[in-house]
Amino acid sequence: MARRGGAPEVSAGSMADIAFLLLIFFLVTTTIETDAGLDRMLPPMEPPEDEVIIKEKNIFQVLINKDGRLLADDNVLALKDLRAKAMEFLDNNGDSSCTFCKGKKNPESSDNPTKAIISLKSDRETKYGIYITVQNELVGAYNELRDRESMRLYKRTFVDLESTYLDPQTKESLGETEYDELKEKVLRIKALFPQKLSEAETSSSN
Amino acid sequence: MSKFKFKKNAKTPEVSTASLPDIVFMLLFFFMTVTVMKDDTLKVANELPNASEIKKLEKKDRVITVYVGKPEQPFDVALGTEPKIQVNDRFVSLENFGLIILEEINKKPEHLRSFITVSLKVDKKATMGLISDVKQKLREINALKINYTTYEGDAFQNIIK
Repeated sequence: MARRGGAPEVSAGSMADIAFLLLIFFLVTTTIETDAGLDRMLPPMEPPEDEVIIKEKNIFQVLINKDGRLLADDNVLALKDLRAKAMEFLDNNGDSSCTFCKGKKNPESSDNPTKAIISLKSDRETKYGIYITVQNELVGAYNELRDRESMRLYKRTFVDLESTYLDPQTKESLGETEYDELKEKVLRIKALFPQKLSEAETSSSN
Repeated sequence: MSKFKFKKNAKTPEVSTASLPDIVFMLLFFFMTVTVMKDDTLKVANELPNASEIKKLEKKDRVITVYVGKPEQPFDVALGTEPKIQVNDRFVSLENFGLIILEEINKKPEHLRSFITVSLKVDKKATMGLISDVKQKLREINALKINYTTYEGDAFQNIIK
């Protein structure tokens, strides 16, 4: 005679096995994406209408040859010294108009940080890895100077300030006014040391 | 009569495994939510360089990824060992590159089109010639915001002797 005591219970014993199977699948396929990198803006195609004349001394020219050697303002420079050299150039304050700079006020170097331009040129044969290292050092120079000002004004590093600002969750966790305040801080520090990094077209090697 | 009778044949009680599925499910859900399935099959060598001054690429929906590197096997037979461009799942010639990127931009919803970032995932052994051609093309179609996507690490490791 058939049992009438309700439907028989389904054994849940194998549930763990199934879950483990799925778990192992996801464990294996997961690559926690680390999409991060150096943000750059390319110059627009059409040149600005009024030609601006830039003084020679306001340009810090960095050339990378096909072997990955550096020429900075006509001097051979080791890659590890590039950051310090770039910082010295940006922070120079030749015309004494920059109140927060701590540079040497060398009249042969840049007038002030808003006028200073770093120009980066590479050879067609230059390896991308080296190019990125140089870019990284130049961005690092800007970041260190911005950090210094940010620490002075807001007691926080600029990198920290900016990453909180760019984090999409910040807008919700902070209030509207606090978020605007943060934005203002970031923009202010950026204006103190505007990132003027020109990437000229690469030249061919001959 | 003692109330606390000492059981002579008491075995150690078995640990209940009833909550094991719950724990496993919890882990499962964690990995399911953080998993990002790779949407492109790489056809080019793609060992990214290291950099330390990096910014995270937030908001995946407004990013277009471009891979550059030398073709992997078996494509290297037909295409040679010079670096090539890959967008989505196919190789793109430099002449068509601008058009393809424009097409990609047009696939995005309209309100995002002006915030597009092009993420350049370039193999560290590639040469700058092709990269600067790519940058030139991007300038021509006015996609100016780019990101040199890198791994986080010491930038001086990129120098290959």
